Amino acid sequence: MESNEQIKINRILDDYNYDPALVIAIMQEVQKDYRYLPEELLCYIARQLKISEAKVYGVATFYENFSLDPKGKYLIKICDGTACHVRKSIPILEEFRKQLKLSEAKPTTDDMLFTVETVSCLGACGLAPVCTVNDKVYPAMTPVKARDLIEKLKEEAHANQ
Amino acid sequence: MRINSREELELRRGEFKASLDSQSKQILICAGTGCVAGGSLDIYEKLKELMEENDIACSVVLEKEPHDTIGLKKSGCHGFCEMGPLLRIEPMGWLYIKVKVEDCEEIIKKSILGNEVIDRLVYQDKESRSYQKQDEIPFYRQQTRVALEHCGHINAESIKEYIAVGGYHAASKALFDMTPEQIVNEISDSSLRGRGGGGFPTGRKWGQVLKQDEESRYVVCNGDEGDPGAFMDRSMMEGDPHRVIEGMLIAAIATKAHNGYIYVRAEYPLAVSRLEIAIQKATERGLLGKNILGSGFDFDLKISQGAGAFVCGEGSALTSSIEGNRGMPRVKPPRTVEQGLFGKPTVLNNVETFCNVPPIINNGAQWYKTMGPKNNHGTKAFALTGNVNNTGLIEVPMGTTLREVIFDIGGGVKGGEFKAVQIGGPSGGCLCLNAEESHLDLAMDFDSLKKVGAMIGSGGLVVMNDQSCMVEVARFFMDFTQNESCGKCIPCREGTRRMLELLTDITSGRGTMEHIELLEDLADTISETALCGLGKTAASPVISTLKYFRDEYIAHVVDKKCPAGECKALLSIIIDPDLCKGCSKCARMCPVDAIHGEIKKPFTIDQSKCIKCGTCLDGCKFNAIIQA
Repeated sequence: MESNEQIKINRILDDYNYDPALVIAIMQEVQKDYRYLPEELLCYIARQLKISEAKVYGVATFYENFSLDPKGKYLIKICDGTACHVRKSIPILEEFRKQLKLSEAKPTTDDMLFTVETVSCLGACGLAPVCTVNDKVYPAMTPVKARDLIEKLKEEAHANQ
Repeated sequence: MRINSREELELRRGEFKASLDSQSKQILICAGTGCVAGGSLDIYEKLKELMEENDIACSVVLEKEPHDTIGLKKSGCHGFCEMGPLLRIEPMGWLYIKVKVEDCEEIIKKSILGNEVIDRLVYQDKESRSYQKQDEIPFYRQQTRVALEHCGHINAESIKEYIAVGGYHAASKALFDMTPEQIVNEISDSSLRGRGGGGFPTGRKWGQVLKQDEESRYVVCNGDEGDPGAFMDRSMMEGDPHRVIEGMLIAAIATKAHNGYIYVRAEYPLAVSRLEIAIQKATERGLLGKNILGSGFDFDLKISQGAGAFVCGEGSALTSSIEGNRGMPRVKPPRTVEQGLFGKPTVLNNVETFCNVPPIINNGAQWYKTMGPKNNHGTKAFALTGNVNNTGLIEVPMGTTLREVIFDIGGGVKGGEFKAVQIGGPSGGCLCLNAEESHLDLAMDFDSLKKVGAMIGSGGLVVMNDQSCMVEVARFFMDFTQNESCGKCIPCREGTRRMLELLTDITSGRGTMEHIELLEDLADTISETALCGLGKTAASPVISTLKYFRDEYIAHVVDKKCPAGECKALLSIIIDPDLCKGCSKCARMCPVDAIHGEIKKPFTIDQSKCIKCGTCLDGCKFNAIIQA
């Protein structure tokens, strides 16, 4: 692990007083920064908090929000809460996957641009079906809008290059 | 800054109220998750900009003497999410719906500088009747707001406004005028029951914690609202965070606890930030922390964020998660009131339950008992979603019928005929119309719903029309529960998986009558043997749909048909040659190139290629494409 990374992690650990009861909060901070939890960082956190690697790994894999795999630049989450489901969210998920040649087993594109996943209820049920791209909510989605959104994001990514 | 006594609290209240009253008009922009997603924050910024440009004295925070200014504020959820972004102008009570940034100039010109209502922005019902005022709209008219009283009416980030409308009066009453036993008795007398789903009497729970020998105790608020289709707690935490804090403070006084946690889902970032602001402000004002209002009582409150695990809504899993462990339930007893967080006696209540506490302390148990039927007193907030015209957040007295909620408040069913309502999320059941009984006139309260095999749950009401397949609904919930099963006990871990397989077989056309028998068998076993509430109720949606919609299951397995037309594997999409004009639109839209034909002659669908996505169905202008 590089030293500037170590400084960053130590600062987070400092903020939480190296309290093992706050391991979830600590990992949330780390994930905010890295957008996933790199394995070596988990080992480092375990050593610093004086708890076993198994415990940290156990907690990291238990909660849905933690990811041990890197995410694409655009993280697309399709809400599959009941309200979105009955207003047909699955065809939207399928459209995203089809456009990006992704599947449940392969959620991220090879160029690391897109990750597509489902999320349990976001509580924006009034706007169902919704999806989010990097936490921005897109209301009343349809498969056609999904296709357009991908086009727009691709153009945006292309323009930024 | 700090308020050091109850007298000072009342003094400040007077000042804040005077400041609030001196604002000649107030613009309240809904800043709940739904309206924010619809762009309400852009509207807020635009209005601010316009007021500055036009030299209109505008106060975004409550100042001491801002005479004759316009208050501009971000409020919590107004509830009428379907019509968002929402904007209300006080004191007139005008409600503008579906407001856009482009409307802002007109709003300032006509409604703020002038005194004119903009007709095109007010709500119109199906009969084109206009409603200028929020209170007159049928959606609001039939509600009784207790827990949601301030939600959408005050600036959600201002402690001054909360105090101005009477905030922390109940806490000071509990601190100075009541003993812990008296508080517990008052809550017990009111017969307040837990709003998280279980319906356990809150006063009894507090009393049990109070009588424990242990010195150190905790008060924990369960804000892990994981039920899909429910957002009541989120709206309360976002819209009136101080109310939640005050309720918890009263619980702490009643049980002599000095530490508390609010456990919030990580999916609710706005709720987390509003609560953080509220805790910070309350601490600065001396309403949290050491020596609250100079009484000598201490209460520290922290936020603990969940990380995406539905099972953490279960008490022992929730405390285990706050402790930094995997959120897995444990065998009870000992119960949470005896050994909860960090092994200490713990009051664990839901957000809505805490929100009901301050008004009970202020107005007394007798007042509370004027609402709702016996043993089910009070009100209940519901998130009304799915195929209903007026999606949103509502609060009605317990015992209100489903018909009143769906047809009067909800404005009826969208896109088809009423078929069923799923209540109580993945642990609940379905209410419906059927030959023997109609649930539409059933009173919605803890006890009446239990009798028909449903539960009030946390309050998610998902309305379904005749295009919703009930087998698919059961499969959807089983998929959810299976995913969220923590894996600790075998009945839930294995049982939900097997039930999901059986349901998937049925919706995919591979089902037999034996599947249905096996489902019933498994449902019984899991309900009786699972460790926690999640497992015990995992089969409820299946049991309840099997009870009321057995025909539909049989149609799937015997006739291999999905009566609602939702299960794709059981449908084929065909083109009616008499109606097809041969425009080729469908062929161009088809993602798998399954549609072929000659221009101006009827097209056909190659069934071996068709993935039944339905894109062509939505695209055909001549309604020539049908599902059969």
